[in-house]
Amino acid sequence: MAQNASQLEHFGRALVDLGLINEELVVLDPDVAASTKVTYFAERFPERFIRIGISEQDMIGVAAGLAASGKTPVACGFAMFVACRSWEQISSSVARPELNVKIVGSHSGLSPNADGDSHQTYGDVAVMRVIPDMKVVVPADAPEAVEALGAIVDTPGPAYLRLARGATPVAYTEGCEFTLGRANVMRDGSDASVIANGVMVPIALEAAGSLAREGISVKVVDMHTVKPLDTDAIVKAAAETGAIVTAEEHSVIGGLGSAVAETLVEKRPTPMERVGIMDRFGESSRSYSALMAKMGLTSDAIEEAVRETMRRK
Amino acid sequence: MLRTINKNQVLILTNIPRVPASITSVLRGISRRHKIPLSTLKRNAQILKEFNLIAYGDPPNFSGVELTELGRFISNLTVGEEPTVHGNMVQTRSGFRPLGTVIKDLRKTVLRMIAEAGSGHLGASLSAVDILAILYMIKMKHDPKNPSWKDRDRFVLSKGHAAPALYAVLSEAGYISPDRLMTLREIGSQLQGHPDMEIPGVDASTGSLGQGLSIGVGMALASKMDGSGSRTYVLLGDGELNEGQIWEAALTAAHHGLDNLTAIVDRNGYQLTGRTEEIKAMDPLADKWRSFGWEAMEADGNDPASILDALNACDLTTGKPSVIIAMTTKGKGISFMEGNKYSRKTPDAQELKRALKELT
Ligand SMILES: Cc1ncc(C[n+]2csc(CCOP(=O)(O)OP(=O)(O)O)c2C)c(N)n1
Repeated sequence: MAQNASQLEHFGRALVDLGLINEELVVLDPDVAASTKVTYFAERFPERFIRIGISEQDMIGVAAGLAASGKTPVACGFAMFVACRSWEQISSSVARPELNVKIVGSHSGLSPNADGDSHQTYGDVAVMRVIPDMKVVVPADAPEAVEALGAIVDTPGPAYLRLARGATPVAYTEGCEFTLGRANVMRDGSDASVIANGVMVPIALEAAGSLAREGISVKVVDMHTVKPLDTDAIVKAAAETGAIVTAEEHSVIGGLGSAVAETLVEKRPTPMERVGIMDRFGESSRSYSALMAKMGLTSDAIEEAVRETMRRK
Repeated sequence: MLRTINKNQVLILTNIPRVPASITSVLRGISRRHKIPLSTLKRNAQILKEFNLIAYGDPPNFSGVELTELGRFISNLTVGEEPTVHGNMVQTRSGFRPLGTVIKDLRKTVLRMIAEAGSGHLGASLSAVDILAILYMIKMKHDPKNPSWKDRDRFVLSKGHAAPALYAVLSEAGYISPDRLMTLREIGSQLQGHPDMEIPGVDASTGSLGQGLSIGVGMALASKMDGSGSRTYVLLGDGELNEGQIWEAALTAAHHGLDNLTAIVDRNGYQLTGRTEEIKAMDPLADKWRSFGWEAMEADGNDPASILDALNACDLTTGKPSVIIAMTTKGKGISFMEGNKYSRKTPDAQELKRALKELT
């Protein structure tokens, strides 16, 4: 698990494989191709690659038109600009008519650490999740990102895939099992459950490992699909362990933490803590891990949250 | 009336700082730099005062010296020639220095900052240095001792990724202490990767492209409402013009006849992934702005005299906003960085050394 890999690098190469199978697949780029790694697709299929320029809202509308004409457009850009800035276009032009547009938000969470809070994105899952019928996927690492991309391309209708900038810890192996809307249990446990997604999955596994040394047995669930949410997996974890912690590189408002809380409140009230960005903006940092630590997204924070929920059982 | 104006008088006129300073200190500075006897300068200053080109209190109270409206006009005319602008003494945190030297130093600072931070948009920053220097060192009415002065001119760096250049200029002007510059993008530092209004002297928080012109429109509208003479300047990237919001704001500004608003397009011909004309063609660019109701002109955006000329021409535009298409070179000033190669590339130690050497 010490190994790191770039989600975008793997995503970029996987797009080429999908392009070979699916001739209707087209990729749109709002002037960030070198960062999102859609350059591989551009080189292989220049005639199916559209350089739209720095106009993300325009790009979503164009994708809607392409989809309405039978194409499978994949619109990739920085999460802040492609998901948040273009939210209304996504809702109105893409989701309302249930068009087959795949939106990929890179540089999510705190991962554009040096660029600062104009680029860091902690509300994208919240705003995507609120759109009816939108599928929202937050893969844990590079291998899972590849499987998630395949799954959303195979499933008709709008979808949002959230990816990180840079290399992140790897929790899966290539070709791992992935079913849209079905959570993966990464580790079994009986005292508490951590439900995590994105880069917080490997960090949750680390926390579970160190709690095990204290004699605390923690179940870790990778809730890669925030919508449609695997509510059965949540209720099951609550029933088995009686304490739930969520962990996400996103605001605790509106994201995975909120989604899990909504489920528990309605189906099985359980002591719960949320680890995530606590309703504040980030800042520039030359180091990603230093920023994660400052914003409270660490193994320690998860461990403390687990102990807290167990006290409240 | 003055029929001709001598060299010493031009020197005085073009060296009157924007912020209040005593006439003696200004003349002493010129005297030292240009090796002209102080008494000669005093006599010429007296003449300029009699002809109502500058104003200052007589001894013993020596109140702040400033250009009169007529003086400003004449001064703008006389600094329109390149050698004068380059040699023009501008007020910096370390006293009056020739503009040309200041601009070279700004480029060095930008290089060092980005190398130190390990990331940043070098090409975009170098391309905009001259424009920023002219604005803050000569053109804009502002006061580093009072960054929130209500009637100051405003500046919006809509292409916020050129933040290192803005920070370097703000530091030279006296807003940011130089020892903080090398903390760019460091955790806990005020110097964020993109402009943040927490930094004294930064008028708008930017970083997401396409939004700055709208902010500038708001500032220009407020200035009109308040009857303030303050002007607003907005620096845009040419790739940034891809964003539809720019053109929405352009229509708003023209509709409201905002002649106190000037947009400057940093026309370096590149955006992140290539040439602007190959990604989303923008030409004929000046015609586009004109058809949107703007006064449009072109300038050499890496030539101080040309920039200043154009900015002065914008002052004369009435009833509509003005835009300067500033023709620039991305990575300007360092031979091996010109073009799009250092769009996002950070110089290593060796490259930094070579680049700094080119600027000496
Ligand atoms: C809304 C938005 N989309 C994308 C980006 C990423 N980005 C940063 S700089 C840049 C290129 C800007 O090109 P241009 O405006 O021509 O400025 P230059 O760097 O050439 O001076 C892009 C796409 C951004 N900052 N904001």
